[in-house]
Amino acid sequence: MTTTTADALLTRTGLTGRRRDPLFWISTGFLAVVVLVAAFAPLIAPYDPEAIDFAAIWAPPSLAHPFGTDQLGRDLLSRLLLGTRESLIGPFLLLVGATVLGVAIGIVAAWNGGWIDVLLARITDVMFAFPGLLFVVLVIAVFGEGPATAVVALALAYAPVIAKFTRSIALSELARPYVDAYRVQGVGGGVIAARYVVPNMAPALLGYLVVLFGEGLMGLATLSYLGFGAQPPSSEWGLMVQEGQDGIVLGHFGPTLVPGLAISAVVVAVNIVGVRLSERMGARA
Amino acid sequence: MTTALRRLAGMAVTLVVASFIIFAAMYAAPGDPVTFLIGNPENLTPERIAAVRAEYHLDEPLFVQYWLWLSGAVTGDLGTSFQYHQPVAAIMSSRLPATLSLVAYAAVLFTVAGVGLGIWAAVRRGRVADSAVVGATTLAASVPSFVVGIVLVSFFSVQLGWFPVTGAGEGFADRMHHLTLPAIALSVGALAIVSRVTRQTMVEQFDSEHVEAARSTGLAERLVVLRHVLRNAWGPIITMIALVIASMLAGTVVVESVFGISGIGSLLVDAINTHDFPIVQAVLLYMVVAYMIVTTLVDLLLPLLDPRIGSRVKTS
Repeated sequence: MTTTTADALLTRTGLTGRRRDPLFWISTGFLAVVVLVAAFAPLIAPYDPEAIDFAAIWAPPSLAHPFGTDQLGRDLLSRLLLGTRESLIGPFLLLVGATVLGVAIGIVAAWNGGWIDVLLARITDVMFAFPGLLFVVLVIAVFGEGPATAVVALALAYAPVIAKFTRSIALSELARPYVDAYRVQGVGGGVIAARYVVPNMAPALLGYLVVLFGEGLMGLATLSYLGFGAQPPSSEWGLMVQEGQDGIVLGHFGPTLVPGLAISAVVVAVNIVGVRLSERMGARA
Repeated sequence: MTTALRRLAGMAVTLVVASFIIFAAMYAAPGDPVTFLIGNPENLTPERIAAVRAEYHLDEPLFVQYWLWLSGAVTGDLGTSFQYHQPVAAIMSSRLPATLSLVAYAAVLFTVAGVGLGIWAAVRRGRVADSAVVGATTLAASVPSFVVGIVLVSFFSVQLGWFPVTGAGEGFADRMHHLTLPAIALSVGALAIVSRVTRQTMVEQFDSEHVEAARSTGLAERLVVLRHVLRNAWGPIITMIALVIASMLAGTVVVESVFGISGIGSLLVDAINTHDFPIVQAVLLYMVVAYMIVTTLVDLLLPLLDPRIGSRVKTS
């Protein structure tokens, strides 16, 4: 029994295991392409994404405009390519902010216990007890709409969730002998946490954070769609969906469906990568 | 009965705390409500500003304002909308039916489909149907609901003309017709959650000894599933369905915007954009109340459905 499990683990993480998981590698490849597009968008885009052309409003797909044009005659392909930037950077910043905050709180709560731990438990209880949207809407109602507010609101909403997850794995990590060994040598708590504990927890956190990136992308796109995030003339994908929606009743589906499908494709790929990563890291641990 | 009373007291405290946080947040929001209230800059005379401030109690300190609002709210007076100049309670009650029928419709859809798919996957666990259900529902949950909504409108409303593009409809049949696509868009995300919980709790039951015993008596597999597996799996499934409904009551914002339904969700979006704080406040409070009512109801009803839950609470 033990040998077969060990064999399964070895083939899973080994090179053969990678070949057997085409879905993971297709998703990773797709995301790599999307990131490259974001990096080189201005060079690839055939037109200025904000160039208005009233002669070509709602043009169908053609050689000149592969995806057609939107309600202002702007080239849809160029807007989609340039929009990759804002659509990816927003969730990335949100995840970095939420992770720094969440991991720090989670480790402190696991390390010290006491009132910080109790406070974290209360905050996460409240966050889980009430729909997450409520908090985000409250922040936006107070600080006004805009891409920065949307990112901050979602980061604040995700931080306690990450903190709770970090706390759970940090508890077992802190119980390991090497932590005491460093402490006996007189290494400070902050140094141990930052230099040794966090890197050791990173594999367990990685898959979880990747899945959260997908959720953040969906959340930010939704806020932009509602008009609370990115503002015109940005070509953020959620905003593009909203602006293109007027064309639907007239039979012009491209301007709204193309960015909508782009969001979905990226989120699906991110989720596949995230889930597979957590499975692999879980299997290794 | 004491547990019910304690729950009620807890709910009241939560409500007061939540309403104060929401009220204080609106109070702290930048921008003077007077400018939104008067609107036309030509009317911004000092006398007019003073009159409006006094009318809406904007010149009082935070706690006085909150107390005035709370004592009104207890009697059903939620204040006056800055934008519509009508009682907030009247606006809310005119918007509620659309949202509630949308959530009810969606709840029926995702319960039937989610539990059905979950049972199917659990019975065929480890086979193609199982991974197909898990894969398809997970994939569907990765698509934002506004994209699902727009795809549905494009295809079924515009292309095929089967459903209306916007609105909530009048009367039962017309409302069902109008709300079918919105309800589907709202349920897609919930399908993955409900079917996964159903599958998971049923698979755990399949491995248990009482199911083994039932099967060894020669009971037909269909009856084993219905009487022994499903019956013991209901608790977590119903809890999850209730949680999804509770968050749906606060989560119709996006779908209402896609389908142009004038319910609570689209009211909230409008109110935020026009800085209509009394409405934002009331809608956020409605979301808290709706969530609390649904979760409390389930906690109280679950022991009736599964007596073991009640006895466990007593012994501990």
